[in-house]
Amino acid sequence: MAMGLNIVVCVKDTPTSLGVHVDSATKRVKHDGLQTALNPFDEYAVEEALRLKEKLPGSTTLAVSVGPPSAEGALREAMSRGIESAVLVSGPEFAGSDTYATSRALAAALRKLAADKPVHLVLFGKSSNDGNSGIVGPQVAAWLDWPSASSVKKIESVTDSAVTVTRMLEDGIDTLKLGLPAAVSTVKEINEPRLPSLKGKLSAKKAVIPRWTAADLGLGASEVGSAGSLARIAAESAPPSRPAGMTVEGATSAEKAAKLVDILIERKVI
Amino acid sequence: MTNKLDSGVLVVALGSRGSLAAAHELLTAGRSLADTLKERLSAVLLGRPPAEAARDLVERGADKVFVLEHEALSRPDEELQAAALVQLCQKERFGKILFPSSVAGRSLAARLSVKLKAAIATDVFALDAGEAGLKVRRAGYGGNIIGEVEFASPSCVMTLQGMVWPPAPKTPGRAGQVEAVAFAPSATRTEFVSSQAQEAGEIDLGGADLVVSGGRGLGSPEGFKPVRALAKALGAAVGASRAAVDAGWIPYRHQVGLTGRTIRPKLYMACGISGQIQHLAGMSSAKTIVAINSDPECPMMKAATLAVAGDVHEILPLVTGEIMKRRGAAVA
Repeated sequence: MAMGLNIVVCVKDTPTSLGVHVDSATKRVKHDGLQTALNPFDEYAVEEALRLKEKLPGSTTLAVSVGPPSAEGALREAMSRGIESAVLVSGPEFAGSDTYATSRALAAALRKLAADKPVHLVLFGKSSNDGNSGIVGPQVAAWLDWPSASSVKKIESVTDSAVTVTRMLEDGIDTLKLGLPAAVSTVKEINEPRLPSLKGKLSAKKAVIPRWTAADLGLGASEVGSAGSLARIAAESAPPSRPAGMTVEGATSAEKAAKLVDILIERKVI
Repeated sequence: MTNKLDSGVLVVALGSRGSLAAAHELLTAGRSLADTLKERLSAVLLGRPPAEAARDLVERGADKVFVLEHEALSRPDEELQAAALVQLCQKERFGKILFPSSVAGRSLAARLSVKLKAAIATDVFALDAGEAGLKVRRAGYGGNIIGEVEFASPSCVMTLQGMVWPPAPKTPGRAGQVEAVAFAPSATRTEFVSSQAQEAGEIDLGGADLVVSGGRGLGSPEGFKPVRALAKALGAAVGASRAAVDAGWIPYRHQVGLTGRTIRPKLYMACGISGQIQHLAGMSSAKTIVAINSDPECPMMKAATLAVAGDVHEILPLVTGEIMKRRGAAVA
């Protein structure tokens, strides 16, 4: 059993509804007025951090996010669930960051945290519900030369020097032992997130969340935001609508079933 | 804006329990990209690939196959695999590096993007190498938005969605080079402990042409029996909605949707699935969607190519029966 671990959860503030619309003039998703909250996949990473802390007395938990000032909302939500402190990496210079620039900023924030006290384990959600990439975890690990594992469905054990995790793969599962510090991206199978408590909500509301700029992280203007990004979204659009479907008619269920199989065979689907 | 130094397309042929099926799809996409750009198509194998693997990749379109041969690279140590690939890519200066959108492919691509200072796009489903440079398309916001992505770096890394490009056909005797590349592994902090293959006889969702999927409308774990029976009759994989997985009726590995797997089968049969946004995100690219639901107004019935209104418990066994009947007739 490990002594206390210093655990960091990387979270993102994302739209609460995915039913977003594209501005026809700019060809980009309209963000004005969009309600945002803690990315739902990050709830599992937050919960896992809390469970590890409960299991390993002396542990600390901290949430970090890169985003506009409004991203503080996601950090407060993590705190209302029990995360003890938070840092927001924010400033106009971060606007337009792709995953390359975002992961670089997160890695720099982790280095800054580690300069103060060691960071042992960094947890991520599966992906963000807006970008859907699911790569920021291993990217952060690459910046820091850390081991990492994605699609983790169980943390089997933790010691002072290593974490053993089981991953869900396309064709089975496997178990890896990662030397600490390490980055672990979770899937929802890992736990059932708790809801924020009233007490948690109150203290999260009052919490002071420090803001770190690029300068605070020792990053230059060309290393962050759109200047520091390598992939650029040229345009966004709604997906093409599917051709209209048809209803399979029939007086009885048996008729409908026979008709359905007829059509599937006729169209060479089966 | 092509940087002359960074050219050529590389397919990273990651095997899955001895199968190179995902690499065969990448070779189709890679060959077309290389032809448009008038560049070479290479592929790389890691670990201890079977002797015929390199030959197979050449016959399916690779001009050159690099074999990063080392026992340590056959283990799922992403630090080491990434280091080996970075070393090869730095030497060969590939312009476009293609991975499958699997757990391993995604993580390795992520590491390469950082180490090679290369732009990255995941889950790409369309590649357009025009005059203005390469543009790729990928879905975001749970499939509700299609993003067109451009790259500002001399090289880029992409993970391609499965089932979009057909597997590259084999041209027996096709000429190509095979080069073994020496790799001296250094110590990493990733240690492989154990692995367990999926249950025997279970068809993987990601590679399945046909998927039969069940949701809340099935009502109970027993409700999945007719879904499994139909899947078996069709040789299809079994999928599920989040509601069915959350209810504990079927394991998470079957979950289709934003929280689960994104798939593109030829046929997706949604049985008792209402079609919440997050589920549609995982399957709305299926070629043919069949919905069987008691609520004709639910989103899945609206999205369906073929909508069957009625009691899923009653209709499912009848569909299975019809299929068995036709199969029987075909055999006779």
